[in-house]
Amino acid sequence: MNDKKWIVLGLVVFFAIVLFPVWYNRGKAAPAPEVWLSDTAKAAETCVKPLEDIRRNHMHLLDQWRDTVSREGKRVFVAWNDKEYYPGLTTTCLGCHEDKAKFCDRCHNYASVSPYCWDCHINPKEMNYGKK
Amino acid sequence: MERSRRSFLKIAGLTALGVCAKPVADVWAASAEHGASPQGRFVVGDKALTAKHWAMVIDTRQFESAEDLEPIIEVCHKVHNVPNLTVERHEIKWIWEEEFEHAFPMKENRYLNERVKDLPFLVLCNHCENPPCVRACPTKATFKRASDGVVLMDFHRCIGCRFCMAACPYGARSFNFRDPRPFIAEVTTEFPTRMKGVVEKCNFCAERLAVGKMPACVEVSNGALAFGDLDDPASDVRQLLKENFTIRRKQSLGTEPSVYYIV
Repeated sequence: MNDKKWIVLGLVVFFAIVLFPVWYNRGKAAPAPEVWLSDTAKAAETCVKPLEDIRRNHMHLLDQWRDTVSREGKRVFVAWNDKEYYPGLTTTCLGCHEDKAKFCDRCHNYASVSPYCWDCHINPKEMNYGKK
Repeated sequence: MERSRRSFLKIAGLTALGVCAKPVADVWAASAEHGASPQGRFVVGDKALTAKHWAMVIDTRQFESAEDLEPIIEVCHKVHNVPNLTVERHEIKWIWEEEFEHAFPMKENRYLNERVKDLPFLVLCNHCENPPCVRACPTKATFKRASDGVVLMDFHRCIGCRFCMAACPYGARSFNFRDPRPFIAEVTTEFPTRMKGVVEKCNFCAERLAVGKMPACVEVSNGALAFGDLDDPASDVRQLLKENFTIRRKQSLGTEPSVYYIV
């Protein structure tokens, strides 16, 4: 029982190291990025789903789109407001949200998610290939 | 109040269970929602061309040399962003030319008719009725569409195991050993490219059929390629099959190709 001070000291050092990321970054949290809307998107007013839903669940919608289009061959999406859309990333999503870097990447980088959509799907703005 | 250790542990366990139950139930309820609540529905477009069994008839009498096939191959590879890789091991092809003896190895007679001997044949995925590639695929990335018999690839699901390539007796499948993007001369933005590590092949222009267009190769073939519903006795392809003697590739394997050749 004579080692009390060493144990306490050890614990202090231990927690200091373990909690390093917490205290080191305290108060420096990056602000959540604002959603960027292009003029086309603002003009369109509605998205393919209600705003709250598309913000929370767009990844599930995209999953559903890819299965229905590539597997079932149903290539028309009738949205909740009875508008018809082509369920496609390049044509429909980027059709309004023209700038992938501003619209997709900012939030994805912030949330540290890296979807691999663009390994195959084409972002016309970022094409540094296919030019003769 | 006396309490035994045993009863204390029982109560503590039950309490812990009760505390955990609510969040778990919430998560389950939420994940059930994801699957079940798609607002909006999917339909096949009004303009889409539909059939019970898409098939192609290639009239090789209308071809004389490789130059006749070139525009057909070119248009297919252009609209589907097929890269032009010149190293043979890395080559990607959806539709290409082949000699008779390679295209029809079981029909090769000793003294072959001169025209047929020198004629390049147009070959592509046969969209078999019994596709061996589909049986081989461990992820169902390749599948036969139930509605019209087209054998399709879902590139999202392909893990690049290449079992399908081993299974296909026609060599109709190519593997992306390299990132294909730098090798696409001119990108068609309406169709995606592929990434390194997936297999690809002809899709009977499923994306064009869906918007009411004939396959690109058929469109530029000046009538040498016919495309239609094999199950419809009034269709173009059935008329051609009725009037002409046709052959198919490696029929003895029992894959039942949907591409017929008038020789």
